[in-house]
Amino acid sequence: MSNLFVWKNFVEALPFLLTGVKVTITITILAVVIGIILGTLLGLAKLSNTKIFRLVATVYIDIVRGTPLLVQIFIVYLIFPPLFGFNSSDFYRYVAAVLAMGLNSGAYVAEIVRAGIQAIDKGQMEAARSLGMSHAKAMRYIILPQAFKQILPPLGNEFIILLKDSSLASTISVQEMFKNGQDIYNRNWAVVEVLIGVAIIYFIMTFTFSRILAIVERRLKTSD
Amino acid sequence: MINVQDLKKNFGSLQVLKGITTHIDEGEVVVVIGPSGSGKSTFLRCLNKLEDATSGEIVIDGILLDKSEAHINQIRAEVGMVFQRFNLFPHMKVIENITLAPIKVRQKSHDIARKEGMELLKKVGLSDKAEAYPGQLSGGQQQRVAIARALAMHPKIMLFDEPTSALDPELVGEVLDVMKKLAEEGMTMVVVTHEMGFAREVGDRVIFMDDGRICEENIPDEIFTNPYNERTKAFLGKIL
Ligand SMILES: Nc1ncnc2c1ncn2[C@@H]1O[C@H](COP(=O)(O)OP(=O)(O)OP(=O)(O)O)[C@@H](O)[C@H]1O
Ligand SMILES: [Mg+2]
Repeated sequence: MSNLFVWKNFVEALPFLLTGVKVTITITILAVVIGIILGTLLGLAKLSNTKIFRLVATVYIDIVRGTPLLVQIFIVYLIFPPLFGFNSSDFYRYVAAVLAMGLNSGAYVAEIVRAGIQAIDKGQMEAARSLGMSHAKAMRYIILPQAFKQILPPLGNEFIILLKDSSLASTISVQEMFKNGQDIYNRNWAVVEVLIGVAIIYFIMTFTFSRILAIVERRLKTSD
Repeated sequence: MINVQDLKKNFGSLQVLKGITTHIDEGEVVVVIGPSGSGKSTFLRCLNKLEDATSGEIVIDGILLDKSEAHINQIRAEVGMVFQRFNLFPHMKVIENITLAPIKVRQKSHDIARKEGMELLKKVGLSDKAEAYPGQLSGGQQQRVAIARALAMHPKIMLFDEPTSALDPELVGEVLDVMKKLAEEGMTMVVVTHEMGFAREVGDRVIFMDDGRICEENIPDEIFTNPYNERTKAFLGKIL
């Protein structure tokens, strides 16, 4: 037992792991931002009256949700950076990871946005339209502000999923937390200690975030 | 003011309006009655293009309701609508509900919109509720705010779709009073309602609809005391 988990190895690994946390959080936030922008556009496209918009959104969402993120990361890594003329630097691996995660997240956010908008009573749009507002104005001032409250909890959930899945970026050598962990145990073979450290740090991050989210949600609810 | 010619509306294979032809004068108050599913709401919703007519022609204040977006928004701004379930914007204060469209559609300044909004609230007897949220109001108060919201666009015509049907009986009167006041001021109104007292007292004309058609239309006294159509008789017999 004493050989399986050496306390010293565990403690020594933590500072190295924590340097990876910064990268983990950064690529997750950037990916979520891309995901929210793309997902909002796709969600609106899915509810559009224009058939071609609906079709494009549906095909995109189905393909992205029907294939593994790991595969998507590799495909983006192999195809996109050369296309944009990047060379083989660390930077372009980061870009590939953020891009792949963002494109992936967009598909899930699209469904969240669509459901959030559809949950708003149809009478709201009709009332806005009957006052002479264009569809765009009604969306902006009436529907989206109300949908936001519906969207926030599942959006927070999506952030947590993406935070955990960012560990997949290690497969294209992005120096995030899990990759840092692998580098450590490849040197000292303290696999168990390092992985338990990795798991604990992921858990602290997701747990903290979900607590914050719960507080924000409660605030929003009482403001009704 | 409103000219409707052979208006037809299908939902898929179901024909809901089967050829409505009528004319409504400026300042006239027309009450539409009829059994559930007869197409009263659909008729009203066609008048401000919440539904697209399948065929037929609607001309409002000289503007033909066609596919043109500009015409549609122009019409909607001039035709106010009050819904059975109020449809106030729950995330906005009462005064914001009222001023939003004047500011965003009519490009009015905040100050002018607010000043007009407060006058309208006074008119519907809710000056003290300007800063409240819709959720804090009773149904009757919410419906009066909804009327003020529609009036803020200075519509030439007001459509009411069962404005008191969702209200507790003791709250019906306050909403009808506001509508009566509007009618006295000369507003052109089309009102779908089951309030026969209101129809009698305020209505200039009553239209009885059944199965997507106008079966009978007449001044209230005639239609209530002396209906000639068998279906009108049967319907009135049930509700009076
Ligand atoms: N969006 C829609 N899609 C399909 N059918 C519809 C739609 N809206 C209304 N209908 C149908 O059209 C018919 C007429 O509906 P409408 O709401 O105009 O009747 P109404 O006279 O207002 O009835 P009520 O007194 O119950 O309000 C009904 O059979 C209804 O089911
Ligand atoms: Mg109806």
